[in-house]
Amino acid sequence: MNMPFYVAPEQVMKDRADYARKGIARGRAAVAVRYADGIVLVAENPSNTLRKISEIYDRIAFAGVGKYNEFDQLRVAGVRAADLKGFQYSRDDVDARSLANNYAQILGQIFTHEMKPLEVEILVAEVGVASAGDQMFHILYDGTVIDERTYTVLGGDAEAIGGRMKESYAEGQALATVVQAATKALSGTDRVLAATDLEVAVLSRLNGRRCFRRLTDEFVAEALTG
Amino acid sequence: MPMFTPGADPGSSFPELLKRVGLGASIEVSGAVAAELSVPHATTCVALRYADGVVMAGDRRATSGNLISHRGMEKVVQADEYSGVAIAGAAGPAMEMVKLFQLQLEHYEKVEGTHLSLEGKANQLSMMVRGNLPAAMQGMVVIPIFAGYDLLRSVGRLFTYDVTGGRYEEHDYVATGSGSLHAGTVIKIGWRDALDRAAAVALACRGLWEAADADSATGGVDALRGIYPVVATITTDGWQRLDDSELATVFESIVTEVRSR
Repeated sequence: MNMPFYVAPEQVMKDRADYARKGIARGRAAVAVRYADGIVLVAENPSNTLRKISEIYDRIAFAGVGKYNEFDQLRVAGVRAADLKGFQYSRDDVDARSLANNYAQILGQIFTHEMKPLEVEILVAEVGVASAGDQMFHILYDGTVIDERTYTVLGGDAEAIGGRMKESYAEGQALATVVQAATKALSGTDRVLAATDLEVAVLSRLNGRRCFRRLTDEFVAEALTG
Repeated sequence: MPMFTPGADPGSSFPELLKRVGLGASIEVSGAVAAELSVPHATTCVALRYADGVVMAGDRRATSGNLISHRGMEKVVQADEYSGVAIAGAAGPAMEMVKLFQLQLEHYEKVEGTHLSLEGKANQLSMMVRGNLPAAMQGMVVIPIFAGYDLLRSVGRLFTYDVTGGRYEEHDYVATGSGSLHAGTVIKIGWRDALDRAAAVALACRGLWEAADADSATGGVDALRGIYPVVATITTDGWQRLDDSELATVFESIVTEVRSR
């Protein structure tokens, strides 16, 4: 009689986690930082068409790193869930926390039940009416949700980038200052990132109903030199 | 959270998504019931092209039979940054259609990461009007005007629809609703190629004025309550609604002109 090999569940989970982490570490990182008027998202992304950062709803943005097709599928699901909820109830009822929980469910489910975990790390950020209401939810490949208050780093090399971010972060900084600091944190000391290597967007309280805006390369270039 | 297999994916269509998740509600009314229903109706709206783009204007009255059911209804609404819709017909389904249309434009923009072209938006609305046909057969007719600034062609464009979703592009001006005969005639006579903004706004307001004067279902300026028609321009700068103080001046000059006759 054939007996299947016994593999300890700890080992299975560890293998899957290693697999996901390796996939994520191959890609470039992204950071999200709070500033005076909201939240700025900066991703290292030389592509001008395949986006890592995008709009989900009026006050909510999405960022993903890792495998593009996987996080893009999650992004579209988020847009759909948010638009459906806003249509069924009211625009005010769409919030980042419930979206983050939904994402965590999906990622957790796939991590434990599917052959292959999703090689992604995502962020759901919501800008509050006042700065105290800003929220950032960082969700890992296995469905772990981390609630961040100040800044968060997605992707490979997160510890080193986070360390650099910690040195520069202060409450209520101006947009240009934060963009510059985030870029320096992403690049480290031995590289220089230009505006064209970056994808930058803000969720700003000053933007009216739809808070999400992409920042142009010209604006970013000026912020980096200034 | 709605996830779909590649074959069953609704793409960037919000109405299709609603159907997939079981929320695609269409109004089914039996003929007998519809005849007894007296739903509020929205009335006169106009739109015309001018030098920088288009002007849209609509009165604020909704009527149920011979009663005024609402004095402050906004029938000219922004669809997205560069377009607007004006509606005439059964107010309930019309408002629902506009809400769905606005959502669809935003949904497309977010899912695809780019705006729909003006032509694409006009076609979307056409499909929604056609979808309303069963309700229209029972009296719930919704006839919109769609206007916007075409960024690809750098020109303002106007579209009108019939009840079956037929889409017709108008070159100069368009009027819809119960007072459209009067409003349309005024604009037809006053329209010139490449009017400036002030002249175009004045002409649209004059059209509404004459419609309100001759059609009982069209509301005029309600000075007592401070209710003015909704007037908006759509140009390269996007949708801009005129504030009431500017409209007050426009209508004052119409009053002065009419008195002096």
